Amino acid sequence: MFLAALVRRHPEFRIGMRAMAPQAPGVAAWGLMTGVAMAKSGLSLAESTLMALLVYAGSSQLASLPLIVAGAPAWVILATGFCVNLRFVVFSLHLRPYLVHLPLWQRLAHGYVTADMAYAIFTQRFPQPAADDEGRRAQESFLAGSCAVNWSSWVAASLLGIALANFIPTHWGLGFAGILCLVGILCSLATTRLRVVSAIVASVAAVAAYALPLKLNIVLAIAIAVLLCMTMERLPSRRERAEVLE
Amino acid sequence: MSDVWTLAVITGLAVVTVVTRSFFFISSRAWALPRWAERGLKYAPIAALAAVVIPEIVTTHGQLIQSWDARVFGALAGAAVFFWRRSVLATIVAGMAVYLPLRLALGW
Repeated sequence: MFLAALVRRHPEFRIGMRAMAPQAPGVAAWGLMTGVAMAKSGLSLAESTLMALLVYAGSSQLASLPLIVAGAPAWVILATGFCVNLRFVVFSLHLRPYLVHLPLWQRLAHGYVTADMAYAIFTQRFPQPAADDEGRRAQESFLAGSCAVNWSSWVAASLLGIALANFIPTHWGLGFAGILCLVGILCSLATTRLRVVSAIVASVAAVAAYALPLKLNIVLAIAIAVLLCMTMERLPSRRERAEVLE
Repeated sequence: MSDVWTLAVITGLAVVTVVTRSFFFISSRAWALPRWAERGLKYAPIAALAAVVIPEIVTTHGQLIQSWDARVFGALAGAAVFFWRRSVLATIVAGMAVYLPLRLALGW
């Protein structure tokens, strides 16, 4: 198991926990408000609790709530959840070389718990996948440690939100904490100029195509932003052009 | 209305979480990432996140906002503080400190 003693006792497990700890209150604020939103949407106590414990994906939970309450067809709800979660598909391509050596169910367990914040922290600490067994074990332990903190702060706060739903009015807009959490992660990924371009282009495209069904605007936005950046990458930089002129 | 349908949809969403987060390592069969995909991967994660987050800040009921909105100022403040302190928690605290007064006192 990915919380096996071998992983838990590895020094990197604690380092991963400590790396996530400062972010836990932010994750918890987001979880709390997702809990409130679930309880207020009309889901029963059992359904909200089940969703908090199982789905573990704030943005797809929030996107699916109005659809579930309206009784939309199941495939529409699941397809919408998939598109909102598309960033995780991209993250998984990035994480593949770090995890592919593990047995299937451990890969799935790691994938399941690796949410936005864990991905951001992990790839920041380990820009390259390890080349040997010891390195792989260390990376796996770090990821497991940070995910353990991420998961427990999210789920505990979600359950608290469900319990306190009647005392926290939604018009306070505390759910905005979740958006801010993602804004912070977004900024942390903006490490090169072309990545900033990618974010801006994707934002404009996602807003412009917002009317598309099933959140397909997200799919379109990623495609446009990535293609544009790959094209711009090929263009000579200003310095190179200046050198040609000289 | 804790019906079987709702419970099944919630379980389905959990499966969607597992499948999307593990998508490219569900199969462990060896394959090399094509060169173009490797290049695209530098820009795709931030594009995917921006495509989810930014519409949540600048649209209301699917329409681009037309007037002052507390979310925009909160997000801008949060982003500015991120680049200053490099902390997501500081981003959330600063963003909420700007957003809540604007929303609750001014109704933006």
